This record gives sequence, structure tokens and C-alpha cells, in this order.
Amino acid sequence: MDFLQVEAIELNGQAETAVDAIWLAGDLLVQVKKVKPTYVEAMIKNFTDIGPYIVIGPGIAIPHARPEDGAVIPGLSMFRLSTPVSFGHASNDPVSLVCALAGVDETSHLMMLKQISQVLSNKDKLNIIKTTNDVEEVVRLFRQ
Amino acid sequence: MMKKILAVCGLGQGTSLILRMNIEQVLNELGVTADVEHVDVSSASGMTSDLIVTSAELAQSLEGHETEIAIVNNYFDLDEIRQALQNRI
Repeated sequence: MDFLQVEAIELNGQAETAVDAIWLAGDLLVQVKKVKPTYVEAMIKNFTDIGPYIVIGPGIAIPHARPEDGAVIPGLSMFRLSTPVSFGHASNDPVSLVCALAGVDETSHLMMLKQISQVLSNKDKLNIIKTTNDVEEVVRLFRQ
Repeated sequence: MMKKILAVCGLGQGTSLILRMNIEQVLNELGVTADVEHVDVSSASGMTSDLIVTSAELAQSLEGHETEIAIVNNYFDLDEIRQALQNRI
């Protein structure tokens, strides 16, 4: 099963603020029917309440909410910013890649996070994600 | 007794799980066996463990906790995790 679909990838994203960027990354999940709009609202609330801890690598933010906030199908979206924005993180700002996660249950969540972690901790793969203009190429990285 | 390590994030669901997987990978490479759990920051403040691993942001909200805290800023960087764990486990 593909957690990431081409329709959930935006490689020329524009956002003014962190909240805008999370909103737009979340909206990609809504468009592919993986989450309900309430889930996106919850992701933003988590960010504004708990803070920029979701920026877990240099330039990489992983916004997410709880399954009961409106997740329907496990998956992720990828919103790449043409101009990075500040999320208020002390060491990993500014953010250029926002991967919104929709976790439905523990098993699918674990598989998805393992895949994401394997891709994003690989410097070559991360470099492709940061530079490619081909959404298919991004999807393929998550298939390997 | 097996050491217990807590990987902590805001919700205890997404980012702490990535951190936990990478901690387990590093421990595996170091040949160390430990019980690694992923939890949210409010649960972590009420739990006992041998080491807490989290980001600088969340470490602030755990200030005053008696457990030693190792700070990791890049959860994808296995070298940084290794450095944070070494001498503490």
C-alpha cells in the first residue's frame, strides 16, 4: 500500500507562516480523503498549543494529530516550500519541507513512520526530495 | 536490570515514535539492550526511567524532573542520537 500518493505532493508550495504551511500540507490529506478537515484543525491546534517540537530535523516538520481527530486512511502528504518559513524552532529552522501524517491505528502508523524515517534519514534520498521537480520520483522513494 | 529509556514528544504518537525507532537502531549498533518507550510530554513527567530523550523545546517543560535528559535536535541523525546516548547508558 502506498502511504504517499502523487496527488498529496506539492513541490512548489507557497506559505507565509508556519500555520499556513501546516494548513496547506493538511489540506493535501483532505483532498486525497485521508483525513477530515477536523484533523487539520487539530494539527494546527497542536502546533499552536505545544509548539515547534514537530520540526524534528533541519528544515523538516512533521505535523500530526490523534487518530480520533478525524483520520480516515493512513497516509502522508508532502508540502515543499519554495521559500522556507520559520516555525520558531531553536535549531532546525527555517522549514522547507512539511510532511503531514495521518495515523489511523498503531500498526499502520508504525509502518508509515518507519518508512518516513528511513527516507528522511538517508541523505541522498532527502536531497532528491529537496531538489526534484518530479512527484513520481518522490513517490518511488517511499516505495523502495 | 534492563535500563528504561523514554522517547518523548508532544503527543506521544508521531515524532516520539520516529525517535524511538532511531534510538533502538543506535542501541542495536552499540550492542546495548534497553526498554525504549515513546510517550507524550505530560505522561513522561509522571514516569520513572533511567533516561529521557527529547528535543530542547520539550526538555524545558520537563525541567525539575529527576531523570537525566538527553537532548536530540535532529531525530533523523543517528550520529547525534549516538552522541546523546553515549556515556549515559
